Amino acid sequence: MVTIEQAEKEKAAGQALEVTKLQELVYELKIEQVMTKEVFTVGPDDTLRHLKDVLRINRISGTPVLRNGELVGIISIENVIKALEAGEIDAPVAEKMTLDVQTVFADETVMQAVNKFGRFGFGRLPVVNRDGKLVGMLTQGDIARGMLRQLEIDYHEEEIHRYRASHIFEDIISDQTGLILRYNVRPRDFSHCGEAASRLKRALERLGATPNIVRRIAVASYEAETNLVIHATNGGQLTAEIQPERIRIVAIDNGPGIPDVEQAKQPGFSTAPDWIRELGFGAGMGLSNIKACSDEMQLESKMGVGTRLQFVIKL
Amino acid sequence: MKLQEVVTKLSLSVQAGGDKLDREVTGGYASDLLSCVMARARKGNVWVTLQNHLNVVAVASLLELAGIIITEGAAPDAATLSKASAEGVPVLTTAKTTYAVVGELVRLGIQGGD
Repeated sequence: MVTIEQAEKEKAAGQALEVTKLQELVYELKIEQVMTKEVFTVGPDDTLRHLKDVLRINRISGTPVLRNGELVGIISIENVIKALEAGEIDAPVAEKMTLDVQTVFADETVMQAVNKFGRFGFGRLPVVNRDGKLVGMLTQGDIARGMLRQLEIDYHEEEIHRYRASHIFEDIISDQTGLILRYNVRPRDFSHCGEAASRLKRALERLGATPNIVRRIAVASYEAETNLVIHATNGGQLTAEIQPERIRIVAIDNGPGIPDVEQAKQPGFSTAPDWIRELGFGAGMGLSNIKACSDEMQLESKMGVGTRLQFVIKL
Repeated sequence: MKLQEVVTKLSLSVQAGGDKLDREVTGGYASDLLSCVMARARKGNVWVTLQNHLNVVAVASLLELAGIIITEGAAPDAATLSKASAEGVPVLTTAKTTYAVVGELVRLGIQGGD
């Protein structure tokens, strides 16, 4: 029996280990990637009245103060409000600005900025390069926007990676790699018809095949499976051999056999009994669908012995 | 257009997969022959048919269709609905004919073909 204490300890440990994508980004992103580069500044001799207009027009809450290009202080809307209350709106910025300016370096990670915001409770941080020159401004809004942008880029890149080419055995390298999936198909078992195809589809998705390839295999193996369910006296076997460059699927049964293979391949030709046609099967399109979905198809049959259908899809 | 909107506008009954109606409908396909659906229906399409057995769910699931509209009052049986719930395939029913339903879908802007 687990005590409440134990449960709480485990929960805390689990939470400590959980590094979210967002936390990852905070450690990876550089401040220069998210900061605002267009910086509005004022000079020490400008009045607070002037500052008020700069803040209002540009919809910002504070600016750095530069004298001859050097960062000498920082001043915010809070200073403006206090000045208005005291009737000192025409005082020079130099009189009211904060001298001890907290800054961050452009090449530091967002983590450093988050720490400073957390510790000091500032609304904004000036960003300087390693020579001490002002290169941008950073607010917490900039951080949020920057992270959202990066998440979108990462997601987009992952989508491209997924669609570019099948990379089924990406990190599994050998001189000959193959995965064999075998499914037994029971005759006339319509309640499970399509299950093999569905499982094969899921396996391929798991392995990282592109959606286009997965669809072609799903359709072709469904048709092969259905043919076994409908026509094979004792059912049969569907085997998928998955290799890095191609997937080969074989559907095999032990009877009754196809009298005329070329006729069977004709679109619209079907020997399905009426009761099966009423279910919507027997359109006679199975083999042509398989042909359309695959790169190679071979059908061999011998009456009284069985049938072997093979098709290959290149990756 | 989301499948939910189709359900509302066509007054369809939701028999299964009611939690998956937020899907975007990419187009429509109508046929009662399963192989034809396999060949031509596209992911996200809504499939109009009067077939009401288990295998329509298998097909819809494999092709990742938005949902199935079963017409002419054909009632799907318990096994079919159970499979549909398990696989997350919306099964919608109506007493109207396939022809009528397709007409309404087209009027809503849901096209057929690639």
